[in-house]
Order: sequence, then C-alpha cells, then structure tokens
Amino acid sequence: MDVLTNNLSLYGKGFLGTVELTVYASLLALALGFVMASFRVAPVRALRALGTVWVTVLRNTPLTLLFFAVVLGLPRFGLVLPFQLFAILALGCYTSAFICEVLRSGINTVPKGQGEAARSLGMTFGQTLGGVVLPQAFRSVIPPIGSTLIALAKNSAIAGAFSVTELLGTYKSLSEMGYSIIWTFVWIAVGYLIITLSISALFHFMEKRWGVAR
Amino acid sequence: MTSTASKAPKPPRTTKASRSDSTALYDFPGPRTERRHRWYGVLATAAVAALFGWLLYLLFATDQFTATKWTPFEYQGIQDLLLRGLGNTLKAFAYAAVFSLALGAVLACGRLSEHPPLRWLATALVEFFRAMPVLVMIFFIFVALKVHALPALVAGLTLYNGSVLAEVFRTGVNSVERGQREAAYALGMRKTQVMTYVLVPQAVRAMLPTIISQLVVALKDTSLGYLITYEEFLHAGKLIASNLDYDLPFIPVVMVISPIYIGMCMLLSWFAHWLAGRQRRNPRTEAVGIAPASPGTLLPGGQ
Repeated sequence: MDVLTNNLSLYGKGFLGTVELTVYASLLALALGFVMASFRVAPVRALRALGTVWVTVLRNTPLTLLFFAVVLGLPRFGLVLPFQLFAILALGCYTSAFICEVLRSGINTVPKGQGEAARSLGMTFGQTLGGVVLPQAFRSVIPPIGSTLIALAKNSAIAGAFSVTELLGTYKSLSEMGYSIIWTFVWIAVGYLIITLSISALFHFMEKRWGVAR
Repeated sequence: MTSTASKAPKPPRTTKASRSDSTALYDFPGPRTERRHRWYGVLATAAVAALFGWLLYLLFATDQFTATKWTPFEYQGIQDLLLRGLGNTLKAFAYAAVFSLALGAVLACGRLSEHPPLRWLATALVEFFRAMPVLVMIFFIFVALKVHALPALVAGLTLYNGSVLAEVFRTGVNSVERGQREAAYALGMRKTQVMTYVLVPQAVRAMLPTIISQLVVALKDTSLGYLITYEEFLHAGKLIASNLDYDLPFIPVVMVISPIYIGMCMLLSWFAHWLAGRQRRNPRTEAVGIAPASPGTLLPGGQ
C-alpha cells in the first residue's frame, strides 16, 4: 500500500500520461479513420484503393514495428518532435485502420433502400448522408468503436518503452527505489483497469442511450 | 435515369465495383458524374504520386541508398542473424498459438459450466486478462517472476489471447441455433455429449476465421518481445541498425524488416478471409452465422 501513497505524484504523472496519450491518439484515430472510411466507400476508384491499402497495411503491422519506425526512423529525415507526439502519431495511425473498418461496416449495415428512399424524396447527398445514413450507422458502431478505443488505451503501454511518460514506465523508477515489484505492478494494473473500465462504461452508457434496440 | 439505363453496359469497370460493395450512399453514376469521378480519380492519383515522389526524394536526400548502408545485408553473419531472429519470432508465435488455443478452450469450458463458482472464476479471469494490456503482463512475468524472455513473452501472449479466444469460443457455441441443442437433448444426450458432438464442431467451424484473425494478433504481438530483449526479428534489426561501421543503416533495416513482418501477418489474414468465404458456402455451418474475419472484439463486461 505504501508504494502507492509514497509515490502518488509519480503514479499520477504516469496515469495522466496514459490518459493524455489515449485521448489525443483517439481523436487522431477517429478523425483519420473517418477520412479513410469515406475514401473506402467513395465512388472514386483511386480513393478506394488508397483507403484499402492504408487499412490492409496498418492492420497487419505490429505496433512495436510501427513505433520503432516512427520514433527512431522519422528523426533520420530531420523531423524531430517530442516523443509523446511521435507516440500519438503512431498510435493514432495504427488505430485509425481499425476505426476505418468499423465505420465502413457500420455504413454498410444501413440498407440500400434507405438511401434510395432518401434520394427519391429529393434529398441532396449531404442530406442523405447527414440525415439518413450516418445516424443509423452511428447507432450500430458504438460497441465496436468502444472496444477499438479500449485496445488503443491498452496499446499505449508500448509507448512507455520508447521514452514517453506513461503508467507502465513508472515501474522502472520504482523498482530502482527498491519498492516491492509485485505491489508496484498491482497499482499499475489498477490504473489500467480504471482507464479501460471507464471507457467501457462510457460506451455501455452510449449504447444504452442511442444503440440499436435488438 | 433513362440515359444510365441505356448506357448501363458501357462502363463495366465502375459498375462492377460499385455494385459489389454498393452502399446506401450513391446512385448509379450518370455520364456526367462519371466524368467528374474520373477527374477526382486523376487528382487523387496525382496527389498520391506526389507524396511518393516526395518520400523518395527524402530518402535520396538523406543518403539512405548509399552502398555502405546496404552492404551489411550481403554478409552471411548478418543474414544468419536476421534468419535466427525470424525463427525466434515464429517459435514464440507457435508456442503462443498452441497454448492460447488450449487456455481458450479451458476458459470457455469454465464460462459455459453449470457450476456457478467455476463460471464466476472463469469470468473473472477472462475479464481481467482482457482488460489488462498484454505488455503489463509480459513485463510483470519478466520482471517480477524473473523468468527468461521467451517464457515471459509466451505466457503473456497466452494469457491475453487465451481469454479473448475463450470469449470467441463461447459466443460461437451460444450462436449455434437453439434447435440444435434442444434436438440433441431430446435425443437423450448428456451435456458433454451435446457439447462435443453437436455444438462445438459447428461453433468452431463458424468461428474459424475469427480464431485465425486472433492468431494474427498473437503474431503481431510477438514483436513485443523486442521490449524485453527477446532476440526476435525486430531485435536483430535493431542490432544491425545500431552498427556504426555501416553508417547506422536504420532506414534500410526498416525497409527490409517491415515487408517481411507485414507480409507474414497479411498472409495469415488473407487465409482467414479466404476461409470465411469458403465457410459461408459450407452447408455444415448453416446453423451458425459465420463471423467476419476480424479479431475478437467485444466490450469488456458486455453481453
């Protein structure tokens, strides 16, 4: 217990680091995933191909390799950014591929007749998209988006090994100070549980509020 | 609309593509729209080509293609180092795959059990290990229990993927049509018989794509071994990349390693997709919906 109370600021810093990483990378992943999903359902062949390549490559890339390439590779091109920004970039791009697939399958669950009906009523493309297709797609993608973001929060642990301040990385300084390793890890585990379970609770709430009644 | 109908056979390329994965978003494109789309296509291609050109320029400008940076790959010793790394990666993957399938089966049995304490225990284990980052488990086993890198990596991967697979098995068994179970019980089979002869064979066949996709996750996560200094593929690459004699060939190493890594994962993913397509036409899986080939993702604490 005193591992936690004596090092509250260290744990707090690590916890906040993980939360920050999760939030920023989630925003990047959602934005990029939305763009890529719109490419993948676009009527233009080149854009579809771009989206497909992006998703296929990133989904099959080990995240450690991506971190390795981004954190250690981009500085070779003269692009020097803080490590945290690199980590957000790597995590966000990686997760965007999964978000893209979730959004695309969400859009594909909307029956074709819905769009056809909307167009027959004379709705423009924007109206069809914003008023008919996306609201229905949104309802069905809530749970898979939630589990993707939980996976992101868990994956952020890798950033600690690439000199970013986050929760898992705190174990190193604590074990150097001679604290019990087991208790150190117990509190780290509790920190991660808090983060993943609160994301889960948030998405369960959203699902209850807006989800499809099944 | 009439013009599209009369011209329908003319543009076969776009028609096929937009028919096969058609969404609720667009109508069948008319001739003017088609021209506009072609313009967009040209612009997008140009943008992508420009991006590639810029990347290539950057690579040349920072001297990534000089002979000194690429010579290391000609040496036998370094090729051996890379191959050994690849072998170690595959070894860790093989162990992790076998053990996590076994653990998944055990935990799924626990979750489907009729004895509440067993069910609670299995549920608690599954939920805990799914909510915990794999890396935390690997580091805990490696640092706190002081085991070697390979067992630590395999154990961490097994615990995580095993509990995800347990959920996959369980959803598979639960999604077999109710009539199958009822018919089996009506024939006088006991629960074990119902499971082993009726439900599990159908469930496993239907969930095979998902199971293989989860194994892709395990394969990708073997690269976490790099972080606990297990001598796997990435580690071998790092050794070569930090060699001063060859002018720190970091980018060449990434350019050699990532196609191999990504290629292996892609191969396995494509196998899962191919299997999903094949199973969908298989009459033996009629009583279960085939899961799409995506790694097992369910919200923790849900369903």
